[in-house]
Amino acid sequence: MTTIALDATALTLRYRRGWGLRDCTFQLPAGRISALIGPNGAGKSTLMRLATGLMRPTSGEIRVLGQVPGKHGANRQLAFLGQDKPLYKGFTVEEMLRAGAKLNPGWDDQYAHRLVREADVPFDAKVGTLSGGQRTRVALAVAMGRRPELLMLDEPLADLDPVARQEVMQAVLAEVAETGMTVLLSSHVIADLDGVCDHLLLLSGGQVQLQGDVEDLLTQHRVLVGSRELVLPDGVVEARTTGRQATVLARTSNAPGWDNNEPSLEELALAYLRSAKKVTA
Amino acid sequence: MIEFRIDRRSGVAAYQQLVSQTKHALRLGLLQPGDQLPTVKEVVATTSINPNTVLKAYRELELAGLVEGRRGVGTFVSAALTQPDADQLREELAGWMKRAREDGLDREYVEALVKAQLDLHYEGE
Repeated sequence: MTTIALDATALTLRYRRGWGLRDCTFQLPAGRISALIGPNGAGKSTLMRLATGLMRPTSGEIRVLGQVPGKHGANRQLAFLGQDKPLYKGFTVEEMLRAGAKLNPGWDDQYAHRLVREADVPFDAKVGTLSGGQRTRVALAVAMGRRPELLMLDEPLADLDPVARQEVMQAVLAEVAETGMTVLLSSHVIADLDGVCDHLLLLSGGQVQLQGDVEDLLTQHRVLVGSRELVLPDGVVEARTTGRQATVLARTSNAPGWDNNEPSLEELALAYLRSAKKVTA
Repeated sequence: MIEFRIDRRSGVAAYQQLVSQTKHALRLGLLQPGDQLPTVKEVVATTSINPNTVLKAYRELELAGLVEGRRGVGTFVSAALTQPDADQLREELAGWMKRAREDGLDREYVEALVKAQLDLHYEGE
């Protein structure tokens, strides 16, 4: 088993107008749950599509579990669940699983059925009649039925109610606990990923703004509050002033005179996203 | 068996919360030697936290000699966590609190005083 699940070097995708991804170099460790965070249009879906081989990079390279996608067909160890959760509405759940079995070599039928049973979804129900949460659970069962090493989920929680969000997340986490598979999860709701992800890849404008182990990143950064007269430390990511007070997020451990606290994942991500927006604007 | 609760707004790392809740249960006798801790799968399915976080917490408890992982079976409590007798200290603290109250210190100020002393004497714990 490789220790790097996704390995991108100067990965670039150029559209007719503008960039999908621009010179992205990053590595996602295996056996971890990585968060892919960024605003709409940041390149999150593009990145996942490049990993599946559905699209080819303009330049640069992405390796999925050590292989360049597309050269040997779609990587069988990779499962991808897109935003649209592709299921046939006219199929019953049972028929959907049968289709999964036909289309996927290495399909584990017992496992796929177990995942659906755990979700309390009736096998004879038509997919089109299921709730958003149930549909997501069936789509997950189809994606995980071939027991992938790497599971990529593009906004899996969008359009779900709070209870369904929690159930879907817990179902994914339980399977990760059991199988040790690697997960890449995109969302623009950062609060959904807090505590769930242990690795972070932050994209904005098609470029990597920040990446690394979540815990390391949080301890390397500080939220500083103090008088705006104070000397700014090194590594300032974002500084805001209101009246006489300044609030600063900086990659530093040394900031004398400031009231200093560890940021939350949301504070960290938002500071990087806002400062990236200012640079491009 | 105990059930963990993760407070995401507490600012305390999730693995640290698992460790301290386990120790708390050991101190109160809710967990005793031989008892099984919830499996990693059970913990993530109730708390929505990363499985690696649970593993990290269990590793730390194991290093502290409090629990023991048995491959393929689970994690079991191996030692009780008892504190030395604190009756006298408790009495002294009660007396101190009473004086603070009588001297007119308000609750928040007393809390701040206690926290500052805790931070001073239990640095990094």
